[in-house]
Amino acid sequence: MSFTDVLLIMFGVILVENFIFSKFLGICPFLGVSEKPATALGMGMAVIFVITIASGTTWAVYYLLLEPLGLEYLRTVAFILVIAALVQFIEMFLRRFVPALYSAMGIYLPLITTNCAVLGTALLNIQNRYNFITSVCFGFAAATGFTLAIVIFAGLRARLVEAEMPRAFRGFPITLIAAGLLAMAFAGFSGISFT
Amino acid sequence: MTLSGLAKQFRSGIVDNNPVLIQLLGMCPTLATTTSVSNAIGMGLAATVVLTCSNILISLLRKFIPKQVRIAVFIVIISGFVTAVELLMKAYFYELYGALGIFLPLIVVNCIILARAEAFASKNPVLPSAIDGLSCGIGFTLALIVVASIRELLGNGTFLGFQVFGENYPAAVVFILPAGAFLTLGCVIAAVQTLKNKADAKKSEKEAVAEAVANAAQAAAKEVQE
Repeated sequence: MSFTDVLLIMFGVILVENFIFSKFLGICPFLGVSEKPATALGMGMAVIFVITIASGTTWAVYYLLLEPLGLEYLRTVAFILVIAALVQFIEMFLRRFVPALYSAMGIYLPLITTNCAVLGTALLNIQNRYNFITSVCFGFAAATGFTLAIVIFAGLRARLVEAEMPRAFRGFPITLIAAGLLAMAFAGFSGISFT
Repeated sequence: MTLSGLAKQFRSGIVDNNPVLIQLLGMCPTLATTTSVSNAIGMGLAATVVLTCSNILISLLRKFIPKQVRIAVFIVIISGFVTAVELLMKAYFYELYGALGIFLPLIVVNCIILARAEAFASKNPVLPSAIDGLSCGIGFTLALIVVASIRELLGNGTFLGFQVFGENYPAAVVFILPAGAFLTLGCVIAAVQTLKNKADAKKSEKEAVAEAVANAAQAAAKEVQE
């Protein structure tokens, strides 16, 4: 795969096939942690960090361990264990060696194990048969798209709190509707073909 | 637990504490796999099987699982069942397997399953845990079917693949697109909230009436005594 191909895949997954607005991966943290732009950015950074590392690790586990042993059907079990262990390890490492970064995104790390975007990226890398470099780049770009979506949405939600609306829509429903409108905006990118 | 207790618990998972519409869990599969009713049923049943089996096994093992590593143990148990369901579906329902794509393995990180394991199965005996898993699974499936019916009817003019509005129906494709998923689910949850608010208001009204009646009866009794 040439450099241009990788670049196109990256732009594609940030804008056209955004994880939140077109693939529905990572909706729980998207709806849960997007009330303030600052927390949204912290969560986004933690997700970028974990997904990028997890993409590389799960790629190595699949092609260097599971495939040679003929255990491909165990990928779901293996990936979720690798991700859980990895998140734990990153948390310990950051607390010990990079306290500044830990205080910025430490509280979001335990939530990330059950974020389906992480496992989803690992599975998509295998499904699309990406090589190692492409997998890591794809993971990084997918998480960047997630961060972009969550930060934009946090800005919208700050205004939504004060808006007047029918009682039935207050709270969760209006959040979903706003996400739907934003998804329509992102659907505009699907006119751009990157491949 | 008595039979009526079990029946009440069964109802709770489907209606009063519906995992999607009331507890607002498991949003990813609800949004992603509701493009057609058949996908929704497939996803719902797969999750129900995993949920029931994992609840039973976790409940059986609840005294042997150390507290500190319980989440890891739960995830391993759940992912084992998910792999089994995935292989079965690949063997017998290949079309559905293809349609659900990565959302089938992603049942592992569905928060409903982990939530039931942590909140219920790890603290209760086998039979109630099995009922709990089954009822939450059915509740999840029904919620998916409601959302998928709206999306498939409006977005494609069909229900389970059958033409409903006739050949000339101008399909509102937006409902099949991702944006439609958010809009439909938002409206469905708004409707559920309205119903719930009304039911709550009725309940408190009933209680107020009952209290007033009781007070009046007490006052009357006092008067008679005097």
